Amino acid sequence: MKIAILGTGCPKCKQTAEVVRRAVEQAGIEATIHKVEDIQEIVKFKVMMTPAVAVDGQVRISGKVPTVEEVKALLAHGGEA
Amino acid sequence: MSECCERKTVGVSEPGAICREGSGPVVASVTTTAVDPRTTAKYFGIGLPALGAWWLIYRGLFPFAKWFTFSLLTLAPGSHLTSAVEFFIFEAPKVLMLLTLVVFAVGIVRSFFTPERARRILAGNRESAGNVLASLLGVVTPFCSCSAVPLFIGFVTSGVPLGVTFSFLVSAPMVNEIALVLLYGLFGWKIAAIYAGTGLAIAMVSGWVIGRLGMEEHVEEWVYAAPAGKDEGGESPNVSWRDRVHFGLDSVRDIVGKVWPYVVAGIAVGAGIHGYVPENFMAGIMGAGAWWSVPLAVLIGIPMYSNAAGIIPIVQALLGKGAALGTVLAFMMSVIGLSLPEMIILRKVLKVRLIATFAGIVGVGILIVGYLFNAML
Repeated sequence: MKIAILGTGCPKCKQTAEVVRRAVEQAGIEATIHKVEDIQEIVKFKVMMTPAVAVDGQVRISGKVPTVEEVKALLAHGGEA
Repeated sequence: MSECCERKTVGVSEPGAICREGSGPVVASVTTTAVDPRTTAKYFGIGLPALGAWWLIYRGLFPFAKWFTFSLLTLAPGSHLTSAVEFFIFEAPKVLMLLTLVVFAVGIVRSFFTPERARRILAGNRESAGNVLASLLGVVTPFCSCSAVPLFIGFVTSGVPLGVTFSFLVSAPMVNEIALVLLYGLFGWKIAAIYAGTGLAIAMVSGWVIGRLGMEEHVEEWVYAAPAGKDEGGESPNVSWRDRVHFGLDSVRDIVGKVWPYVVAGIAVGAGIHGYVPENFMAGIMGAGAWWSVPLAVLIGIPMYSNAAGIIPIVQALLGKGAALGTVLAFMMSVIGLSLPEMIILRKVLKVRLIATFAGIVGVGILIVGYLFNAML
């Protein structure tokens, strides 16, 4: 599973990355996390609000810092909403 | 510019910048739990008594402040200290209570709006009507200036006219619910209404003017080359009332939790002024008589970035010392509506000329508002 954190490097984006990292750890699954900080790259995901989280290329959360529980629920569904 | 709203403070006060964020229901909410009618009933069961209690306490604040000042502290009526203490004991809880209620209500309202929905409404509209609609949507849509760039791109690539997009971008920060509540609480509904009305008018007109100027070529080329915005899955999934209430509560925790020290500090300053500073202290510098005071206020205001909670205490101090309302309003609007950091962020998608035009037009709008109110009142 590939998880992308979209955000231009603001505090909320860093918080989001941290939350996702913890969720992956707790869920004990295999996943790569990478941050997308370039605005032109972010726009390709068609999000209008950052921070956003994309799983396997699909934006699942946008415009807020999720809770660890939310991310875990997301991961448990294999990225399917 | 990689900073987000959180720390976006250049210049004056460190207001722990708030932006309307936390934002909106999740795009693809994972927890689309079925709405249980019993939970809805439970929320009303708790909500209505809570509202009643709020109202009773709110009503009791004035007598409480009197009792506290005169009976408990036994201060003599008429002194500077008495009047300052009474003002603080009454205003601080009053404004905080108002703020909590309004932030909660606005949170509920915002849960109905997302930038995606705003875009869908606006994409089908021509200019003029679009400008009006965009200004109104700018007020109710959760928006944070750190999201200004993706939002801008999302709008223009999906066919929202440039001018309409600008109306949205102007009104979103300018007409701010915290400013509205504080102005209402401290100066009454007329000033609050004037602020909201003129803020909306500036957003509508300046967006319309930018649309007329036809400055599309001053948007960076890559923006229009970006993939057209699409609507992810149409309507956002059913957001239950439970989610909306939680969204409201989250905004209260987020916003009120962050701004209360500034509000209390502001009211303390206000109380000091109320009790001690002679009337008309500022009248000579910022009174309606000094024609240059309005442009000066705008010029000082633009490079400053502060949020509403940080700026209102200053507003209160200035007004309390006899500054003219128009001048103060112009100052406040240029601080919260036009900010240097936001322009730097927008530089990624706009060429300098368009940014300058944008700042110029909005600045002129603010000037007109300032002069208008100095002349009228």
